[in-house]
Amino acid sequence: MSDHHESAHGHVSGEALYTDDLCLRFPGLLHAWPVTAPHAHARLIGFDTLDALHAEGVHCVLTATDVPGENETGSNRHDEPLFPSEVMFHQQAVAWVLGETLEAARVGAALVRTEYEPLTPLLTIEDAIQAGSFLAGPLRIDRGDASVIDSSPLRFSGELHIGGQEHFYLETQCAIARLDESGGIVVDSSTQHPAETQDVIARVLGIPWHQVSVQCLRMGGAFGGKEVQANPFAAVAALGAWKTKRPVRVRLPRLLDMALTGKRHPFLARYEAGFAADGRLNGVRIQLYSDGGWSLDLSMPVLSRAMFHCDNAYLLLAAEITGHVCRTHKTSQTAFRGFGGPQGMIVVEEIMDQAARRLNLEPHKVRERNFYREGDTTHYGQLVKHPERMYSIWDQLKTSSSFDARCLEVKAFNAAQRHRKRGIAITPMKFGISFTATYMNQAGALVMIYRDGSVQVNHGGTEMGQGLHTKIRTIAARGLGIPTERVRMMPTRTDKIPNTSATAASASTDLNGAAVLDACEQLKRWLAPVAAALIQCEEDHVRFEGGTVYSTDCPGNSVSFDRVAAAAYRERIPLFAQGFYQTPGLRYDHEKLKGKPFHYFAWGAAVSEVELDLFTGDAKVLRVDILEDVGDSLAPVIDRGQIEGGFMQGLGWLTIEELLWDTSGRLATASASTYKLPSWSELPGVFNVSFLERASDADVVMGSKAVGEPPLMLAISVREAIRSAVAACGSGGPVALPCPSTPEKIFFAIQRARHS
Amino acid sequence: MTKVVPSGGTKRISINGQSVPVEGVPAQTTLLDFLRDRGLTGAKDGCAEGECGACTVLMVAENGLGSEYRAVNSCLLFVPASIDREFFTVEALARDGGLCEAQKAMAEGGGSQCGYCTPGFVMSLFAEQYRPGREGKCDPHAMGGNLCRCTGYRPIRDAALALGPAPEGFFRERLSRPAQAMHGITYTAQNVRFDQPDSLAECLALAANSPQAKLVAGSTDLAVESNLKFRRWPHFISVELVDALREFEETPEHVRIGAALPLTDLACRWTNAPPVVQDWIKLFASPPIRNRATLGGNLATASPIGDSAPLLMALHAVLHLSSVKGERVVPLAQFFKSYRETDLQEGELIRAIEIPKPLPAFVRFYKAAKRRMDDISIVSAGLSLNCDDTGNVTRAAFVFGGVGPVTQRVEFAEAAAIGHVWDEAAVERIGVELDAALHPMDDHRGSAAYRSAMAKSFVHKFYLEWRQAHT
Repeated sequence: MSDHHESAHGHVSGEALYTDDLCLRFPGLLHAWPVTAPHAHARLIGFDTLDALHAEGVHCVLTATDVPGENETGSNRHDEPLFPSEVMFHQQAVAWVLGETLEAARVGAALVRTEYEPLTPLLTIEDAIQAGSFLAGPLRIDRGDASVIDSSPLRFSGELHIGGQEHFYLETQCAIARLDESGGIVVDSSTQHPAETQDVIARVLGIPWHQVSVQCLRMGGAFGGKEVQANPFAAVAALGAWKTKRPVRVRLPRLLDMALTGKRHPFLARYEAGFAADGRLNGVRIQLYSDGGWSLDLSMPVLSRAMFHCDNAYLLLAAEITGHVCRTHKTSQTAFRGFGGPQGMIVVEEIMDQAARRLNLEPHKVRERNFYREGDTTHYGQLVKHPERMYSIWDQLKTSSSFDARCLEVKAFNAAQRHRKRGIAITPMKFGISFTATYMNQAGALVMIYRDGSVQVNHGGTEMGQGLHTKIRTIAARGLGIPTERVRMMPTRTDKIPNTSATAASASTDLNGAAVLDACEQLKRWLAPVAAALIQCEEDHVRFEGGTVYSTDCPGNSVSFDRVAAAAYRERIPLFAQGFYQTPGLRYDHEKLKGKPFHYFAWGAAVSEVELDLFTGDAKVLRVDILEDVGDSLAPVIDRGQIEGGFMQGLGWLTIEELLWDTSGRLATASASTYKLPSWSELPGVFNVSFLERASDADVVMGSKAVGEPPLMLAISVREAIRSAVAACGSGGPVALPCPSTPEKIFFAIQRARHS
Repeated sequence: MTKVVPSGGTKRISINGQSVPVEGVPAQTTLLDFLRDRGLTGAKDGCAEGECGACTVLMVAENGLGSEYRAVNSCLLFVPASIDREFFTVEALARDGGLCEAQKAMAEGGGSQCGYCTPGFVMSLFAEQYRPGREGKCDPHAMGGNLCRCTGYRPIRDAALALGPAPEGFFRERLSRPAQAMHGITYTAQNVRFDQPDSLAECLALAANSPQAKLVAGSTDLAVESNLKFRRWPHFISVELVDALREFEETPEHVRIGAALPLTDLACRWTNAPPVVQDWIKLFASPPIRNRATLGGNLATASPIGDSAPLLMALHAVLHLSSVKGERVVPLAQFFKSYRETDLQEGELIRAIEIPKPLPAFVRFYKAAKRRMDDISIVSAGLSLNCDDTGNVTRAAFVFGGVGPVTQRVEFAEAAAIGHVWDEAAVERIGVELDAALHPMDDHRGSAAYRSAMAKSFVHKFYLEWRQAHT
């Protein structure tokens, strides 16, 4: 069990605690249930809480008048009232009932009488464009002269609707708030961004930040869905506790979680592209419209990342890319693994395939022909570091997956079969690592050695299953030269590390790990003289390794780390250190969307093969091969898990996960029985994952690279394999494939291909 | 008032070897909430409708030959239905300080990431490892009722494939003894009554006297209504303990299935079931649901997308309906009256489903859904056919779910086949009849156009598979 998950024992034994598991620890706990609006857009005329307040077990009803501070929980733009006067999406909470039991709160909420004046909702991107309803935009990136499209041998245009995605973290939103012993408030929250949760609570309560402590033990999955969207629920719990002086629990059951919280942004892309006859891309014009929902949330950086990733791994010499965030009467769409990157990349992959089939070239050759080369810069002006890695990955993967031979086998299969068709595709992935909000690329850590030599590590990152604590524990253990068992990872708390960034953007090991390493290096510098005196050698000959401190002159001359710690204490040397890290070299003009927003790029590629049942449109993934550049992996089991899990999440997004709203704006797929995640039946029969070898990155902590988000986009290979199988049903030419490609969508794509 | 034998003293549930009293707990409290309220927080609430499996616990059950551990969704079990039963939660598995094999396999291979779903997976895997009569590797599909959003399942599959026979020790030893005996009970809390009679006579008498009472078997559907729609009932009559409703009988004339026999037991007991039945059971929900769900429940809820009616109708099944007035037999094809309405009269219940023999010569069950396993059908089809020596169709049943307010047997389509050669032309004629007869609707599962297309597609596929089997 060398690099298995730090909490694996707790996970499998049921001992690992999540926020809602703490309920029994708080006698007198009150439970909260929202009063939800039955309209997607309406003016709230008023409500009557009298019946509710008389119901058995109802403690009180929280409304705007209870808010001592700001009635506002928005993340960037302050545009999210906690208790709204205008309902902006179906089932938006307009008040919260606190009850002695959850049942009492729920029954109480049903007894609150509300009156609304319904207003017309905007429910689609097209409606919003028509009405000029935008939360942001236009953003614009220009490079070269896009009119080169008009004189290109091949030019075409198209439109692609890209579906959203429900996070479906298994643990729904949850917070428990209580007053502390000295006039402050402590909130346990399932949040990716404790510091911002603290900010929002302080804002709502009208108190300084130092009065608020937020703790995140761990999350049962988050995927971006708890980056900002945990905040309003933590604020309700805090407000309830502040008002009643009792502990208050807010936990959304699945149906409410799906109805109330934001999702991956649906996008509409309109594009024009010009190609040379050999498949070289001359230029593109891309207009992106994201469906931001009712408030801004993180829609701006999601949109800008989508625009940055319209190149994927391809050189765009002439590009004109514009973006808008549409305002609709839906949940406020938010961060989700990939953060706009997937939506941007899928557009250029669509363009590549459309071009290949129009030029009668093999799609993988058109893709390869357009890869970045040494010295190329992106359309936003960043020099592409390590472009040669894409070529290595591409060639190695084609060989290891027997790509060429299997293309022939697929052709033979398709020629022999009438009712089943196969498709195979290889797609590349390049993903920029860093928060595009440059100031967020900082991290703090607090490493404490106790006199017995055991160590506590605190940092600003949160654990949501991605293995951050596992990697940081490895960094701390290696950094101090002690066994991992001597390192205890502490729950994330705002009163240990202040002003932290969200655990997001795949960069949390890069940032927090570097901060922890900084603290460890300081501690070693302070301990070295103490150890040198103990083992009688020169300070710079002291080495820390495996719990032992020894002299490089004479390795037998050693002392245990624990003894060094004890001795340092007696020498009055500090045994704790703060570490800090800021990503170097980021320069980025937010107005012009130009510069170097990313510290480096993650690279990878995937080959997927699918088989379609032409009777139903069902697509089975037969085999997947992935090769990804993860640098020097800090934890191979964790990294492989991120790649496999991210890929499957992307596969779900592109195939069976379908968000549908009805004409009144109600989410029609708001439960586990109507919104289907990948399950066993979607696991590819063969699933090979490898890491690019000799891929150390000297500019990142211990040579490792980010792995959280990038693999999600490798699933685009599944979409392209499906398209290739659909194409095999027809006689050639471009294939329009909706996104997600549910069996129904594939079935009708097959009918179109047959009749084209 | 009919006599229900009260079980003496305080009512209790056995949890991890401890006898836990349940007095005063509201009847619609789920076992999951009950466990968590007592500090057993290993079981998690992920969906409250039996889809995600994060709440999975083990129930000791009789399988006809002995006892076994069955993975069940604790979010779909009401506390009164758990009385006198014996459960184990994830907290009980690690003994003498050491993880059990299923736990170790999950931990070491990267089978957990966020860990929230993990206890549920461990329970399902544990039940599979200890399944009596299992040989070879554990079947990963035993965890088909568990969703994981983090790992993508590969390491969990590998964990299952790494497990061998169940080791000696407490949990093996426990299976050498029968499951706890169950007796009829009446449970009342906060003016809600939960009767669990153990004889058919009592059950029918209760149903006759309390026509407003809600009949419940495995509660895999009822508990969803309770948890998600907050339906509350004043009185339940559970049919779970009535032996006469859990029978299974196969004779040269028929197969008779007790309405309250869980699907898992049906799969075990119908040892020589034709492949179509075996395949259909695998497509029916998930293992923990099948451990509780019954055919009687599936038919009585009269869902137009229920997965049992199309196949059973294609097998020409009849229902035996019982009440205090006696028994009557109704062909399943005449049982559904309109959307969610059946022929059941007040105080009447389904006693058994009877499938006449010989079974039709060629039978298939097809299903279109967004997800291949454990998903509600967009369209399902039960199709059966007999031909004479000349290749003419002598008997046919074309039955579809998801294409109208009730499960639809399309007799015009059958008429277009019967008496004719079974060929592509017949498929064409049937397609015309299906277009005329079926008027499906658009919803979040699928469009009307797709549903119509699927009905025809399935008949075409049925024909091709028939042809392949007959060449």
